Amino acid sequence: MALIAFYLMATVTLVSALMVIMARNPVHSVLWLILAFFSSAGLLVLIGAEFLAMLLVVVYVGAVAVLFLFVVMMLDVDFVELKDGTLRYWPFAMLVGIVFAAEIVLASVLGVHARPDAFDAAPGADTNAEAIGQVMYTQYLLLFQMAGIVLLIAMIGAIVLTLRHRPHVKRQNIAKQTSRRRSDAYELKDPKPGQGI
Amino acid sequence: MELGLSHYLAVSAALFTIGVVGIFVNRKNIIVILMAIELILLSVNLNLIAFSVFSGTIAGQIFAMLVLTVAAAEAAVGLAILVVYFRNRGDISVENVDLMKG
Repeated sequence: MALIAFYLMATVTLVSALMVIMARNPVHSVLWLILAFFSSAGLLVLIGAEFLAMLLVVVYVGAVAVLFLFVVMMLDVDFVELKDGTLRYWPFAMLVGIVFAAEIVLASVLGVHARPDAFDAAPGADTNAEAIGQVMYTQYLLLFQMAGIVLLIAMIGAIVLTLRHRPHVKRQNIAKQTSRRRSDAYELKDPKPGQGI
Repeated sequence: MELGLSHYLAVSAALFTIGVVGIFVNRKNIIVILMAIELILLSVNLNLIAFSVFSGTIAGQIFAMLVLTVAAAEAAVGLAILVVYFRNRGDISVENVDLMKG
């Protein structure tokens, strides 16, 4: 039963990964990418790695794929023109792909001797999330913090790259507003009747 | 036949190969190149998690989480660069990137 589910989800993953690189429209590519992430999350649930599966869905489908979708739809690009002439890249790409696949198959045939078939996604704990939580904030605390710094730097970098101040756009200047005094805001006059200022 | 480690390694290897081929096929379209890189990182994650689960140690899942972090950061910065490039040039063809000197 688990094997049937595995083959089903593996097929969906690989087919949608193929469609990501073959779709003519990048919007379709992003949607296939979402399907690939979902089904590989299913693959992870199958061996009990539930926490990482949910993380995959939250981070990839919820953030990365939506970011891709946003950018693809924001940029007004003629994608048909970009797709022109991709046919002549196929032979070279297939060559590279075959070489890579052959290397991986060779390495795994030669390298993996003892293949453990029993899986345990939560060693020393009841649930997978508990097992991760036991080591994440103790043994791997430094790595965890560094991951946070990587995200912070990426966020700052993305903001610095894309932020721009257009000229001729009125903006609120809060420092200027709060430093206004009553004396330079208005002036009291006492004009005589019939004379003006 | 039981569900084993080799099943996951096979899927992961195929996914990696598809990602590499995708980079070469879509040489002009940098958005699809970024998506192919995400596929490659997904296959790396799959490998790490499969090894972790089948060897009964939790470390691989922590590393997979770190790879996930780096993948998200890479996507954010890459797309930000893409947006700036599009703003400056009006298109995103990879072949003309070397014209943008200085």
